[in-house]
Amino acid sequence: MRHLLSISDLSKAEAVSILDTATELARVSDGAVKKLPTLRGRTIVNLFAEDSTRTRISFEAAAKRLSADVINFSAKGSSVSKGESLKDTALTLQAMGADAVVIRHGASGAPQRLADSEWMLASVINAGDGTHEHPSQALLDAFTIRKHCAKGAPDLAGIRVAIVGDVLHSRVARSNILLLNLLGASVSLVAPPTLLPVGIEKWPVDISYDFDAVIPSVDVVMMLRVQQERMSNLFFPNAREYSRYFGLNSDRLKLMSPHSIVMHPGPMNRGLEIAAEVADSARSVIVEQVSNGVSVRMAILYVLLAGQSLEAGEK
Amino acid sequence: MTVKGYLIKNAQMPDGGIKDLLITDGRIHSLAVGINDATATIIDAKGCVVLPGLVDLHTHLRQPGREDAETVLSGSRSGAKGGFTAISAMPNTSPVADNAGVVEQVFRLGQQSGLLDVFPIGAVTQGLEGAALSEIGAMADSIAQVRVFSDDGNCVFDPLVMRRALEYIKKFNGVIAQHAQEPSLTVGSQMNEGEVSAVLGLKGWPAVAEEAIIARDILLVDHVKSRLHICHVTTAGGVEIIRWAKARGINVTAEVTPHHLLLTDELARSYDPVFKVNPPLRTQKDVMALREALADGTIDIVATDHAPHTMESKECEWQEASFGMLGLETALSIVQKTMVDSKLMDWAQVADRLSTAPARIGGYSDQGRNLEIGAKANVMIINPSASWTVDKDLVVSKSRNTPFHGYELPGVVTHTFFNGMATLIDGALINSGGSE
Ligand SMILES: [Zn+2]
Repeated sequence: MRHLLSISDLSKAEAVSILDTATELARVSDGAVKKLPTLRGRTIVNLFAEDSTRTRISFEAAAKRLSADVINFSAKGSSVSKGESLKDTALTLQAMGADAVVIRHGASGAPQRLADSEWMLASVINAGDGTHEHPSQALLDAFTIRKHCAKGAPDLAGIRVAIVGDVLHSRVARSNILLLNLLGASVSLVAPPTLLPVGIEKWPVDISYDFDAVIPSVDVVMMLRVQQERMSNLFFPNAREYSRYFGLNSDRLKLMSPHSIVMHPGPMNRGLEIAAEVADSARSVIVEQVSNGVSVRMAILYVLLAGQSLEAGEK
Repeated sequence: MTVKGYLIKNAQMPDGGIKDLLITDGRIHSLAVGINDATATIIDAKGCVVLPGLVDLHTHLRQPGREDAETVLSGSRSGAKGGFTAISAMPNTSPVADNAGVVEQVFRLGQQSGLLDVFPIGAVTQGLEGAALSEIGAMADSIAQVRVFSDDGNCVFDPLVMRRALEYIKKFNGVIAQHAQEPSLTVGSQMNEGEVSAVLGLKGWPAVAEEAIIARDILLVDHVKSRLHICHVTTAGGVEIIRWAKARGINVTAEVTPHHLLLTDELARSYDPVFKVNPPLRTQKDVMALREALADGTIDIVATDHAPHTMESKECEWQEASFGMLGLETALSIVQKTMVDSKLMDWAQVADRLSTAPARIGGYSDQGRNLEIGAKANVMIINPSASWTVDKDLVVSKSRNTPFHGYELPGVVTHTFFNGMATLIDGALINSGGSE
């Protein structure tokens, strides 16, 4: 495995191995020595053509805990935002000797363009591209779900997940649908019909417009962020109506089954897609998703750059 | 000894017969079995097919304005290489060809190249903005004698503007060539809306945005009794609407591009913008409907929508890239592959769809003539049993954005004659058409 562009690049065994590696790495991070020497001397570039402090910091922490050198190439004031072409940026990164490029980009497919081009040789890790995919987010979500719901199983067989909100524009949803399906979970999408893509019919999911009907039967409720720019765009009449049908509030929290959990990739719009008391409730694993993110991103870098998974018991 | 014309020996005519064809003084001098002429250059065309010179009703030449992508001359050379003796320059240049000055400039540049006829298409509306009619009469009466009007690239979307344009061109025996794209359904659209766009997260360009305009314009042209041509039809639904209109005797013609006869939206999975085109590549079901429609005449012609773009406008992210692909040099090979080799059409139908019918729609009287004695010698030869591999670095066009790079295609265009003058011999351009 050289790049991570899409969850569809992964076999089930590879996905499970990343999760297992993340489990081991989390154990190491909890110990006294937080740093591993694995990627000493390797250079990882965070190429963020779109603002996302959360994801960038998560990848940066992951790389540093593996002793890699990290160069941040962020949107504000960088050449990317000044209209330098993707090609010239890639040639620059190649000249700098990047071993891996973690790319966040507003254009769907930009990471694949980098990976397929002859402009540079580095491994490419997709940290979110347009409305396409966000594979590291899906892996950290799967890691979190496995920890809470899988009862020791290596995969997510039989676990029921509802993904709620703006599926049309969500890279998190696309990656999660692929990975949850790969790992044996069943997925229900809950959204207004305007926020589901045409062509969704072949996806391995159930579709519902009725959140209340879906909630009691699932183990995981994964809320998607509603982007501000969707508000005035004919997708739904107004924020209040959206919240009424598709927001996770305390009334809906009561409908959830006993051991189920609430997830959100962040950043949240409290009061819109998720009520504050739900986000802060005992069912919420939203803060834990963030900390799991570092372990899972360490595992991704480890598998891609060290070319191996870290099995249990290995040091 | 001076060359006194060309004697094409043992060539298969569009109707299947094997004959010799003698070209002298710019015309077809004789057409028979066993012609001898000691003064003519002999061309052994055994195993080859002779067709009337191809006529393209939809070409982007980029001059004036973007001479770095294509010029009238480089586009003409690309056309001669592909077997064309006439091409039609779309008006979306800079400045826009919405007045007599620009269409006369393009027409003159075409004449200077001397490689084929360049017929300028005039804009329907000023600046292609869809609001006010351009100087249609001035363009029709200019030396370019414009008869085809189009806002291609943009759709004439306002129904009242379209109605008035259809009415007004009747005075000039003109035709409106409509780029059918409902704009509010396609804001920011990147590719066909369907299964593939859903997975790729690229904004969809729904088939209905094309079909709604086709249906509306068919009703309008019937109402005002004018002439409508639908550019680059891409959807099975569009074909159905045109079939319905023709059955009712409505005066509509339609074109399909070579790329829509072969390629599908599956290619977008590469995110390589060489496959980004407007209207977009559709599904296999659409491709099969388009082939069937071209064979049964519902779609009248093949037109290339040859759209050259510089390297930097394609070497980037998909959503940043320009729409469009090259077409002139591969058009006939793609038609052979999709229509002839698949037994959907014979060579007589190819001659009709790529020469006779487009010349008729455009009103190009010396083009698209049947191969007959006395006709202007606009003739091309293809060797259908040879094949070639497309190499983007070897195309004649100034640009490199062919979607067929690396494809092995059947049918090698060996010769092109424009008004009796050879522009292509044994696959090589022999008249550079002057300097840039
Ligand atoms: Zn067009």
